Amino acid sequence: MILYSLTFYLFSSVAVLSALMVISAKNPVHSVLFLILSFVNASGLFVLLGAEFLAMILVVVYVGAVAVLFLFVVMMLDINYIKLREGFLQYLPFGALLGIVLVIELGILFLTDISSNINSTKMPLEPRIYDIENTKMIGEILYTKYFYLFQICGIILLVAMIGSITLTLRDKGGVKRQNIDNQNSVDALNAIDKKKVKLGEGIQ
Amino acid sequence: MIFLEHYLFLGAIIFTLGVLGIFLNKKNLIIILMSIELILLSVNINFIAFSSFINDISGQIFAMLTLTVAAAEAAIGLAILVVFFRNLGSIEVNKINKLKG
Repeated sequence: MILYSLTFYLFSSVAVLSALMVISAKNPVHSVLFLILSFVNASGLFVLLGAEFLAMILVVVYVGAVAVLFLFVVMMLDINYIKLREGFLQYLPFGALLGIVLVIELGILFLTDISSNINSTKMPLEPRIYDIENTKMIGEILYTKYFYLFQICGIILLVAMIGSITLTLRDKGGVKRQNIDNQNSVDALNAIDKKKVKLGEGIQ
Repeated sequence: MIFLEHYLFLGAIIFTLGVLGIFLNKKNLIIILMSIELILLSVNINFIAFSSFINDISGQIFAMLTLTVAAAEAAIGLAILVVFFRNLGSIEVNKINKLKG
């Protein structure tokens, strides 16, 4: 149990500190790297909670896809980040006050009797050993009870894919492409233009 | 001993940091998108903590749905960011009204 607590505190403190660094780092590349660290630690917490499948999904999807996409965009765009940081200190006192108030409120909410309604809350967590593993449990319920939600997820991803492609696709002018339709519709009458050239003059 | 409250408090702290990030980096659109990711991560922590302590797997399904929406949001948001930068040469949020559809 001591080991469990220690692991929890390790993962959660690193997650919180790296989240703090995400919003305060000067260089956005460092921000993205701290975001990755935060995600990895959160996935460690998910393993502690017994949600191994979600933990692996978090690493694969977030760290592997989303965070790398962020990194890609940050490095691709040539942005003057120093100019963007103007006003950071100006908003800091107000923002810090707001954050402290929010944390205290949420803390009061959570540390009082909200959870006494849940019977199993006070049970200390142990890594439970189920009869079937986590992935199989998710699969059994995801493809039966929540099948429509699963389908809607697919549609959301499809819409996001089409949306981002149409947003960023642009037709560059001046690129010569082969147009098969035009090539096929050429006929001899229109293709050749006969002109009579007078002596000593060129064609305008 | 680690109880549900510990996880909820962690989620609250990360959520607050996300909101704070939106406040502090008012100009930098990329940091704002990352802050939104942090907020969604804290939502996921809450979902999975409840799912584990109540012993109901449905919370994990909903965490997965959150993950899907977060991925879609990141993709669309970054696409808009790229278009925005292409048009204006900057990603300052207070200039975003120049896009006009």
